Amino acid sequence: MRGATHARWVAGAAAVALAATACGGGDGDSGGGSGDGGAVLSSSWGDPQNPLEPANTNEVQGGKVLEMIFRGLKRYDAETGEAKDMLAEEIETTDSRNFTITIKDGWTFSNGEKVTAKSFVDAWNYGASLKNNQKNAYFFEYIEGYDKTHPDDGSEQSADTLSGLKVVDDNTFTVRLTQKFSTFPDTLGYNAYAPLPQSFFSDHDAWLSKPVGNGPYTVESYTKGSQLSLRKWDDYPGEDKARNGGVDLKVYTDNNTAYTDLMAGNLDLVDDVPAAQLKNVRADLGDRYINTSAGIIQTLSFPYYDENWGKDGMEKVREGLSRAIDREQITDTIFQKTRTPVTDWTSPVLGAGGGYEEGLCGDACEYDPDAAKKLIEEGGGLPGGQVRITYNADTGSHRQWVDAVCNSVNNALDNDKACVGNPVGTFADYRNQITQRKMSGPFRAGWQMDYPLIQNFLQPLYYTNASSNDGKWSNAEFDRLVDEANAEEDTQRAVEKFQQAERVVRDNMAAIPLWYQNGSAGYSERLSDVSLNPFSVPVYEHIKVS
Amino acid sequence: MGRYVVRRLLQMIPVFVGATLLIFLMVNVMGDPVAGLCGDRECDPATAARLRHEFGLDKPVWHQYPTYMGNVFTGDFGTAFNGQEVTELMGSAFPVTIRLTIVAIFFEIVIGIILGVVTGLRRGRPVDSGVLLVTLVVISVPTFVTGLLLQLLLGVEWGWIRPSVSSDAPFGELIVPGLVLASVSLAYVTRLTRTSIAENARADYVRTAVAKGLPRHRVIRKHLLRNSLIPVVTFIGTDIGALMGGAIVTERIFNIHGVGFQLYQGILRQNTQTVVGFVTVLVLVFLVANLLVDLLYAVLDPRIRYA
Repeated sequence: MRGATHARWVAGAAAVALAATACGGGDGDSGGGSGDGGAVLSSSWGDPQNPLEPANTNEVQGGKVLEMIFRGLKRYDAETGEAKDMLAEEIETTDSRNFTITIKDGWTFSNGEKVTAKSFVDAWNYGASLKNNQKNAYFFEYIEGYDKTHPDDGSEQSADTLSGLKVVDDNTFTVRLTQKFSTFPDTLGYNAYAPLPQSFFSDHDAWLSKPVGNGPYTVESYTKGSQLSLRKWDDYPGEDKARNGGVDLKVYTDNNTAYTDLMAGNLDLVDDVPAAQLKNVRADLGDRYINTSAGIIQTLSFPYYDENWGKDGMEKVREGLSRAIDREQITDTIFQKTRTPVTDWTSPVLGAGGGYEEGLCGDACEYDPDAAKKLIEEGGGLPGGQVRITYNADTGSHRQWVDAVCNSVNNALDNDKACVGNPVGTFADYRNQITQRKMSGPFRAGWQMDYPLIQNFLQPLYYTNASSNDGKWSNAEFDRLVDEANAEEDTQRAVEKFQQAERVVRDNMAAIPLWYQNGSAGYSERLSDVSLNPFSVPVYEHIKVS
Repeated sequence: MGRYVVRRLLQMIPVFVGATLLIFLMVNVMGDPVAGLCGDRECDPATAARLRHEFGLDKPVWHQYPTYMGNVFTGDFGTAFNGQEVTELMGSAFPVTIRLTIVAIFFEIVIGIILGVVTGLRRGRPVDSGVLLVTLVVISVPTFVTGLLLQLLLGVEWGWIRPSVSSDAPFGELIVPGLVLASVSLAYVTRLTRTSIAENARADYVRTAVAKGLPRHRVIRKHLLRNSLIPVVTFIGTDIGALMGGAIVTERIFNIHGVGFQLYQGILRQNTQTVVGFVTVLVLVFLVANLLVDLLYAVLDPRIRYA
């Protein structure tokens, strides 16, 4: 039922969009019109860390490309983040556990191959199979048979395919999950669930050097480490056709150089304005600078395996620390308002209907030095008289804000040594120390959502032994509420349950939330209709080039 | 001569092994690189174990190093984390950095030696003091300042050059980055040449040559310069290796995808295969350059003969 209404909505929106481009006159294959639908834009890019495979890409740079060359069953609306049907005609379930997925007719890959139910089932089986080393394999963990294709203890896998996936006919397949998961259909917009053509399996190396998908763009050439040239696919069957001739993604090691190139007119689009330029960016670019909310939240986590931090009563100390941080001032001065002080543990991009609740954190996130001092004293003081905030110093501007946070804490507590930063050289080493449970105090944690669901902001981070529960926080009541939320068949009630679970996180101050991160981008005068989606990735197919 | 070369080549072996072993240990000390591969979340243990096995990280270091070196001698430098062969990365990175180094060395030789000769022959005059002052400034200002400043002025303000180098990196686009890369060494070459020329200008053989009535340019070129260049050649020779490895800063500023870019990427991702592979080749370049310098001595000064 939900699926059907969404499909209508998408069709309507697409019709409007098509009419709009038709008026612009540029949307054709001639490329001669005034809007110039054939012009190519250039955009900054980072070298993807992993090979470009849907189930193996877990960072933004690779994800950006997958977003351009693939379309999955669902797609997240560029503005609202809502999961809308893309290739899915219908996703039916009666028990939130068995799903029958019907896909639309008429979709092909850019090599002409038809997109069928098998394209999805094969791709998912590939992603879940341990022998393929896919880093996003856990996205398939709720599907029945995952433990056979991907035994967690690393033993020999006893099956190559997921028993929960069955192809019914060309356009239909069924999914059986190991447990109830009401919001499962909404997760299907994630890139890991993209369909794959047969050439991916038959000639894997060739596919990797020139990926073939079913999205509005095709890969024209790919020089690894330098440039990926994408061109508009003229026969793209979807409604969201590209409004430009293509995109050249250029690898930059330093986003400062990309910004300089934008200023010099050698680059059209920068989707990561360097922190050092935030002061000038408005003067440099005027309204060609975008700063919109993205599904990213930054927090401080705690090592609950450490007896100092794990003991009872420490929630007061954590709350005290939270109240000692002047979020307003730090986001204003260091981040030039490209981040917003938090009031809950999710993100504004979810919207009120999706589970974002402004003010949920309440007083605990308000700056109040006196209360902070009192709370920390009541909780027994800082362990060892000092907190060390661990962070990786190689990327982002972590050093600056950690120093600012410590400064704020020190001022609030009238103690120069209450808080110090503890830098770790590289991200890999930082992750290493976390996985080996070597943290002795609070540490930086960032969370970029995989899909715009409140579930994604809570379960992976705070559920007992969840994949990103780095502090090893565990709370029976939280776990119970999450389980109940997942079993809830009505989405709205599921969201409410998740919010109840979030209140447990708040009452224990499981992690100190700091700020919501915005996506920021700047573009040249040649471009118009530039926007960022809730994942802070430019909506490339919307961009017009003059 | 032949025996000397053989002896030098044999000496290279322990240096080579020692240098690569050190780098290997340093990268390994930083811990398990697989931890950083899955982003802000823990890799699932089964996949992490398989990745570790694939990259040979599940074996102790004393086992990894010989295996790695054994592979290197068969031309297999392993695979980077993004699935590319390290040799493939080298194939794209080294030509770019070599071009950049050639541009830098060219500037060092031409500008550095000309300035050195001019100032050496006119010591104490305004030209000399002026150049000395400029070289002092160049030496004391860090490369990234010169680089960013030139990039901003020439690239953005005046629009004479592109602020970043395209992925093909032709010679034309490498002139400014090459000059930036060469700047500090260039200043040293100038000073070295100047001192050497000034010293030799009073030497007996120069006086003899002048007394013989040889034309001035001939005295300078054949007698004075030839003898004065020995320390300069030594410096330039060793500088080749330093320039190639030290291009990290310059390459980053101008977005040149050469050796510096790959090394930086490799270090950030703690990719042992990339870092050790590239450093291995750089060590070889360094050693060969040094050998060539020593052999050039004999050409420049026939009194130096190797038994």
